Amino acid sequence: MATTDNGAGHNGDAHHGPLDQFAINRYVEIDLGGFDASFTNSALMMCVTVIIITLLTTVGMGRGRLVPGRMQSIVEMSYEMIARMLGDIVGGRGAQKFFPFVFSLFMFLLLGNVLGLIPYSFTFTSHIIVTLAFALVVFVGVTILAVVIHKHRFLTFFLPPGVPMWMAPLLVPIEVVSYMARPISLSVRLFANMMAGHSILHVFGAFVFVLSFAGVLPFAFIVALYGLELLVAVLQAYVFTILTCLYIRDAIELHH
Amino acid sequence: MPQLEMGDYAPQIFWLVVTFVALMVIMWSVGLPRIRRVIEARESKISDDLAEAESAKGRAEAALKAYEEALAEARSKAHGVLAEIQAKLSAEADALRAELDADLAARAAEAEERIQETRAQALASLRDVAGDVARAATERLVGTAPSEAAARAAVEASMGEGR
Repeated sequence: MATTDNGAGHNGDAHHGPLDQFAINRYVEIDLGGFDASFTNSALMMCVTVIIITLLTTVGMGRGRLVPGRMQSIVEMSYEMIARMLGDIVGGRGAQKFFPFVFSLFMFLLLGNVLGLIPYSFTFTSHIIVTLAFALVVFVGVTILAVVIHKHRFLTFFLPPGVPMWMAPLLVPIEVVSYMARPISLSVRLFANMMAGHSILHVFGAFVFVLSFAGVLPFAFIVALYGLELLVAVLQAYVFTILTCLYIRDAIELHH
Repeated sequence: MPQLEMGDYAPQIFWLVVTFVALMVIMWSVGLPRIRRVIEARESKISDDLAEAESAKGRAEAALKAYEEALAEARSKAHGVLAEIQAKLSAEADALRAELDADLAARAAEAEERIQETRAQALASLRDVAGDVARAATERLVGTAPSEAAARAAVEASMGEGR
């Protein structure tokens, strides 16, 4: 992968420290009227992710056989898992409206996390800006949804029914802060999990070379950790998606 | 920490929006309807097969019921025929027996009659023979034969005593 390091001050060389693997490398400089839209390693992985998901759901489905093969089973299982998640959490009425978004979100994060575990690739979900963008889209979208459905009654979300009025000055700020914290916790959870896992893998990878023969021990640890990271990659995509479903339900039902 | 490089935020957000919107459009227009079609086709195939099996079961049950009905009908018919034949046979036998009884009774009566007749004849000839014997014996003993009427009267008298 030839890297043309045009970005000022960005490290496009071989990885040195455990954090250098997260560096953004610009492959093609693109400037849209002052907006920096350069094609980077992050953008490349996003495109690869979209292409793989598209191939999975089209070519992977094959001729749509009655008895599915491996690829078809994977796609159908993901589809039915998300459909069941939406049905269970959000519930029947209008839940399937959100299906394309939630399905795309889950597949995008899942493939992004898992593809990032391939050596020398890049994990775009290990960047706070990417996860925060997703979390803000969910947060803003859910808030707009709640306001459209419930109008001014949306404000009662911050003061649950049955709470005495004198509690309001105490409770309302807590509820508002916890509501505002949603996108932050949502984004930091995914970003921190991805970044920490990759950093630890890098640190132990360095140990392997430093310790020569005794490097077998950190190598064995890396193998075990890699399995754990695979689990974390799937789990975090699942957690992000299920929390999104919960927020959608909160917006529709307006009480927790 | 590369994650905090503000200068890298713009391209990441730009490409995130481009790729994710593209993904959603592809999923919404091509991917998901395709998967849904396949899953629905399978579900309808399964429910069709189940309905087919259900109706086949219903047909089998109907056939079994019809068979059992036919069997019961045939059995009751056979019973009827059997009872009829039995009744007819016993009636015939009764008639034959009655005829035979009547015949036998008639023949017995006839035989009885003949026996009486023969007996009466025998008795009558016995008197004649006894009369003749008595006359012959008297003739030998006394030398004179009593008249036929006297002999008869004597026989009658002695037979009456012997009784």
